[in-house]
Amino acid sequence: MKEYHLSLPLSKEDVKDLEIGDVLYLTGYLYTSRDAAHKRFEQTLAAGGELPIDFTNQTIFYAGPCPTKPGRTMGSIAPTTSMRMDRYVEMTFKLGITAMIGKGDRSKYVADLCREYGGVYLLSIGGASAIISNQVKACEVVAYEDLGTESVKKLYVENLRVIVGIDTKGNVFQDREIQKYRRI
Amino acid sequence: MRIINTEAVVPVIRDLAIKACYELDDNVIDAYRKALKKEESPYSRDTLQLLIQNAEYAKKEQIAVCHDTGTAVVMMEIGQEVAWEGKSLIDQINEGIRQGYRDGYLRKSIVRDPLDRVNTNDNTPAVIHTEIVEGDKVHITVMPKGGGSENMGSFTTLVPGEGIEGVKKFVLDSVKYAGGKTCPPIIVGVGVGGTMDYCTFIAKKALLRPIGQRHPKALYAKLEEELIEEINKMGIGTLGMGGTVTALDVHIEYYPCHITALPVAVNLQCHSSRHASAVI
Repeated sequence: MKEYHLSLPLSKEDVKDLEIGDVLYLTGYLYTSRDAAHKRFEQTLAAGGELPIDFTNQTIFYAGPCPTKPGRTMGSIAPTTSMRMDRYVEMTFKLGITAMIGKGDRSKYVADLCREYGGVYLLSIGGASAIISNQVKACEVVAYEDLGTESVKKLYVENLRVIVGIDTKGNVFQDREIQKYRRI
Repeated sequence: MRIINTEAVVPVIRDLAIKACYELDDNVIDAYRKALKKEESPYSRDTLQLLIQNAEYAKKEQIAVCHDTGTAVVMMEIGQEVAWEGKSLIDQINEGIRQGYRDGYLRKSIVRDPLDRVNTNDNTPAVIHTEIVEGDKVHITVMPKGGGSENMGSFTTLVPGEGIEGVKKFVLDSVKYAGGKTCPPIIVGVGVGGTMDYCTFIAKKALLRPIGQRHPKALYAKLEEELIEEINKMGIGTLGMGGTVTALDVHIEYYPCHITALPVAVNLQCHSSRHASAVI
């Protein structure tokens, strides 16, 4: 396992040579967005409106955290199932994003889109939410506050550990790994 | 006859919701440790270690183990000698959930209508199952059920001629299709028999059985063992990162059914298997 410490935001150049299975420790700002916020982006764009965030070179973390308990910086947080956001991947690549962080396998066409746009899909650990909350040092709601846990939040993360799930060549980490251990 | 004021369930359900979300049962953490010994993939081993640390840390800090604190599934076994007085029991159950999710800083994940999708902001209403049993006690279980694994459940009605092989194939196909999306290592709850609704209910109830405990009937115990072995050959691994442990356990429950039917339901439970119980 190769390990890299990278600063956010990530440019397309920064991720171009990453390979599936590489372990990254990310430090800097990123945005949370999941089902409801993605849908609102889509509706806003369809109506000719402007989005509240400039996504150029940004990383989207598919996550909806718990409320923050007094005395702590961040509520429990970890990725949600990425597959539900597959339908929005092309839209967010067109908006300029470089990376998505989530969990689980995705539709085949997401790998094609990563190759086409030079972006990456990164895997965080679903359900390791108490530990991951320690890797978030600041959180601010920046759009769609009415969506509660699904609002868009700007997070400052420090050494957020992720694994490259789809690289810019369209290789898929899980496909490679599952193959190694399949016995039927 | 034992008279209980419905108000009594509010603090019990509040506390159970918080406890379930903060403290994974030792039975679950032990299962992670056993999986760690069997797991061959370095990625899955690293992740299992992280899940053990995460569970220990959440318990120590009294915070949610997983951010998806789920649909609040409340199962109540109500003794037939209990008579309720006071306000609506359903309202009081929901009040307990409301207080637990508020006071425990748990995520509010319920929308009031599946099509207009406005969050109720208090995680109510709960999904409530009641069963009437003998006695004068009320047994309450709160089971916060995360979306990722619940979304991958499935149901079919086989024809009786398909038998055990048909059941096996359906369970294996369901687990394979779910892949890494359900946050493995998973517990596979299987309902066999009953009607469509009852079959899915017993599949969910099967998830409450302690990991490692086999069905008392030899036929089902054997089927459980065969399924565990087959599932762990799929290579899915922890979080779908590849590996030799995909299921922590398979639990089957059955119920008599109609001569025409062989209903099978699969309810999947992510690694964050959370439930807490109390008796009133």
